[in-house]
Amino acid sequence: MIPGSFDYHRPSTIDEAIGLLASHVGDALILAGGHSLIPMMKLRMATPEHLIDIQDIYDLSAISIGANQIDIGATVTQAQLIHSEELADCCPILRETSLQIADPQIRNLGTIGGNVANGDPGNDMPAIMQLLDADYVLQGPDGTRTVKARAYYEAAYFTARSENEILTSIRFTKPAAGHGSSYHKQKRKIGDYATAAAAVMLEVSNGSCTSASIAMTNLADTPLWAEAAANALIGSALDADAIAAAVAAARAITNPASDGRGPAEYRTHLAGIMVKRAIETAHARAG
Amino acid sequence: MNVQSPPTDKQRIEKLQGLGSSRKRVEDARFTQGKGNYVDDIKLPGMLFGDFVRSPYGHARIKSINKDAALAMPGVVAVLTAEDLKPLNLHYMPTLAGDVQAVLADEKVLFQAQEVAFVVAKDRYIAADACELVEVEYEELPALVDAFKAMDADAPLLREDIKDKMEGAHGARAHYNHIFHWDCGDEEGANKALADADVTVEEMITYQRVHPCPLETCGCVASMDKINGKLTLWGTFQAPHAVRTVASLITNIPEHKIRVVSPDIGGGFGNKVGVYPGYICSAVASIVTGVPIKWVEDRMENLSATAFARDYHMTGKLAATKDGVITGLHCHVLADHGAFDACADPTKFPAGFFNICTGSYDIPVAYCGVDGVYTNKAPGGVAYRCSFRVTEAAYMIERMVDILARKLDMDPAELRMKNFIKKEQFPYTSALGWEYDSGDYHTALEKGMESVSYKALRAEQVDNRAAFERGETRKLMGIGVAFFTEIVGAGPVKNCDILGLGMFDSCEIRIHPTGSAIARLGTISQGQGHATTFAQILATEIGIPAEDITLEEGDTDTAPYGLGTYGSRSTPVAGAATAMAGRKIRAKAQMIAAYLLEVHEGDLEWDIDRFQVKGNPEAHKTMKEIAFASYNQAIPGLEPGLEAVSYYDPPNMTYPFGAYICVVDIDVDTGVTDIRSFYALDDCGTRINPMIIEGQVHGGLTEALAIAMGQEISYDEIGNIKGGSLMDFYLPTAVETPMWTTDFTTTPSPHHPIGAKGVGESPNVGGVPAFSNAVHDAFAHKGLTHTQMPHDHWRVWKTAQKLGLTD
Repeated sequence: MIPGSFDYHRPSTIDEAIGLLASHVGDALILAGGHSLIPMMKLRMATPEHLIDIQDIYDLSAISIGANQIDIGATVTQAQLIHSEELADCCPILRETSLQIADPQIRNLGTIGGNVANGDPGNDMPAIMQLLDADYVLQGPDGTRTVKARAYYEAAYFTARSENEILTSIRFTKPAAGHGSSYHKQKRKIGDYATAAAAVMLEVSNGSCTSASIAMTNLADTPLWAEAAANALIGSALDADAIAAAVAAARAITNPASDGRGPAEYRTHLAGIMVKRAIETAHARAG
Repeated sequence: MNVQSPPTDKQRIEKLQGLGSSRKRVEDARFTQGKGNYVDDIKLPGMLFGDFVRSPYGHARIKSINKDAALAMPGVVAVLTAEDLKPLNLHYMPTLAGDVQAVLADEKVLFQAQEVAFVVAKDRYIAADACELVEVEYEELPALVDAFKAMDADAPLLREDIKDKMEGAHGARAHYNHIFHWDCGDEEGANKALADADVTVEEMITYQRVHPCPLETCGCVASMDKINGKLTLWGTFQAPHAVRTVASLITNIPEHKIRVVSPDIGGGFGNKVGVYPGYICSAVASIVTGVPIKWVEDRMENLSATAFARDYHMTGKLAATKDGVITGLHCHVLADHGAFDACADPTKFPAGFFNICTGSYDIPVAYCGVDGVYTNKAPGGVAYRCSFRVTEAAYMIERMVDILARKLDMDPAELRMKNFIKKEQFPYTSALGWEYDSGDYHTALEKGMESVSYKALRAEQVDNRAAFERGETRKLMGIGVAFFTEIVGAGPVKNCDILGLGMFDSCEIRIHPTGSAIARLGTISQGQGHATTFAQILATEIGIPAEDITLEEGDTDTAPYGLGTYGSRSTPVAGAATAMAGRKIRAKAQMIAAYLLEVHEGDLEWDIDRFQVKGNPEAHKTMKEIAFASYNQAIPGLEPGLEAVSYYDPPNMTYPFGAYICVVDIDVDTGVTDIRSFYALDDCGTRINPMIIEGQVHGGLTEALAIAMGQEISYDEIGNIKGGSLMDFYLPTAVETPMWTTDFTTTPSPHHPIGAKGVGESPNVGGVPAFSNAVHDAFAHKGLTHTQMPHDHWRVWKTAQKLGLTD
């Protein structure tokens, strides 16, 4: 539980950070809140020679809510997401999810960028970003590009980000007014990763579901956007049959590990229960 | 005119803050301000740090160890292996259970995370880096993980060091992986009771391997002073005096040249009773280098290498009449001790006090047999917040009684009431030989049932089950009843010793001239609040306010010899020594008072904080006055000063008991168990500090919750430890912990000087079966008999699924 030695850098601009990363490609890692990286370093599963701490880069720490788009900087903490009333009004699932991440001390340090960037399948925000169809903004020596959250995750800890890029912000279309959403997460205790978790966002008009999105956490080596499950809801009255069809479609794409949280069979079963409950809660909140 | 009236009796008693006072813990001022002094706070000039190279395998032969790269690293001072310890004959050390344990792996590794080499370096970071540079070549061997296969003819041979030694510390060994067979009671009689019974039940009940997981891990600082030849060892020791004696025996350093100090300890729960390789390696490294060496294990090392608890596979059989009178008990245990028998039990009791397994019931005939075996797992088998193997015994009998109740279709509380030892039967000698000192079980359970409205709960459960059948709810309600009898306070020297050291304890008191005092004990607090409660015992005994009494423990250079703190022994044994030493003080004080008051001793009577002349209370001398007189008066026939020491050998154990009732609501679709309420009635005899008792019960129940609902140290088939970090090992937080309701009855121990029995471990002993019985009770109407702990989400769901309650 003692990390190897490393050099610590604390740039104050994004260009400086990109420059440092470029000069140590392969030997450097980006540090923000540290709640994924530092435990990995203590276990010596990560052994960077250089740590580039981006917490001093002021530009990355803001939440901006426009008429149609929401931008969240990479170093925005989970506590900031919880405390923003404006964000909670237009996109309440971010507060609801953040409150289910670890405990208040960790949420004061843990960042949204860190949560989504490194491809840890246990993290909650990747599924939420897939739910919202968010874009990740990546900046590197060759400029800026965006990658869809739904296309970003390749395998556990493997993502579309290049080693010389920094994930600097997340942007997504502001959810429609009147939508309903919910994140149901079952875990063994505070601070644990999900045994199974599901996020649902939907709109209802005249008793019929007009749009739906479903995503799941920690049920495969990447977050899962459950397109077929969502399609099973669209056009339905969110009745028992439609929900059962969505649950079956969601379970069909899970591929969880058997671990201390339970065997794969249980976690797949539980994924369906979480999806069902999240649909019911989102439905109750819609309108 | 403002005339000050003399204090009333009540005010004088309150000023003492003696027995029964919820005096605030004096320790908390430093703990709550972060001013405790733990072993890792000790920093000495020139101190070096030790770290271990550990085995990645469960079972492997060491083909070679190459230290060159590590030794070449700047800042590395030494790398020790078994080869370096052999010339000192320190590559093995004796365990408390009469076995030996490798200090550093000798030719073979026998469990994952076993200590292979000890790296000494200038700081922790260098030591950790250098550990990665020690090259160890292994040849993997087949691992033995399943205890039930340990004695198979073709089982892998684990302990090559003792393969020809078929006579173990506890008698003959039947197989090279067998450690001992120990039994007790009348097997023939128990079998006859089973054969003749109207009704019998049998179940194999596993109490899984868990770990005490104290917040502070184990560690030490060893410092050899080469000038005066004295070795000082600060460490996380629950038994500092025993550690000194063992250290002296294995190093040949005379005992007066060894000082062992237990500083503040951040929880022990049995994990800090044993002697670990880190202590030996640190001491050797300090002797070799002449500078202090610190070793502190990290959390994963603590969970995977220092002592585990439980791992008992218990097959119980009960015989009963058709109307529910239990007529016999037969029990056999397969005990998985890991790679070395490092169990912490009194030496003559290789299975601890497991033969308390008749519990709170008047069972006429009983037998229990225990076979211990070696496996490729970490050694240990300590009493994790319980007396020696008592929680295993209580879990077994409390599950078996519930299983019998189902079979008889009787209410589990009613069946217990029917079979309890009756109040008038105490002192009661059990079929397995223990003499229970006192008890009133019926009153305790009746009070508990009334407090929780037991009948109404059962009626609600009937409604809940009907609603479940109608599809109106997906939750099932379970009510868990457990009634436990502990056996604590080891123990009488005639049958309790550890490596030949009698399990007495001690207290030494010195009264200062101005009427304050210092008391030193052979025990050591790890959070129990000894400095608070033992001062309270003394306050009542000698009439000096508790706040004027300093308590010291844990330094073998100053404290009197004692066997330490575990197994709820401090209050029954050292608490008794404290009271007895106090009485010696009072006896001398009475002689001084008689001289001062110019009366015969027999004319004096004790009154709260003073001796007064019978019939003339105006003529009195307070303890404060007497203390001063003892230092300034030449009293004929009396030595100056006021001091006493008592070494207390308890005539018997004490037998705390309690009634616990848990209500749980189970979501059958997710397996989530919601503890709705938990009621704990404890009878620990005389209550010294009710607030501390309540805190102890809260803590013990929380650990019981952890064990019953989530904790498990398991291994895969090749001996890789699973759950060796807090990512997986279940340590509940405040969020997972339900509201506890505590209650009590008071049945004093007849043989203890103040009637106290000890309470710190009762809630763990009674809590685990209460939780487990509640989970089983929720499914009882669906035919569930038994399912193994822990009752975590997926296992509970699996139970529901097997019963056809969820898909």
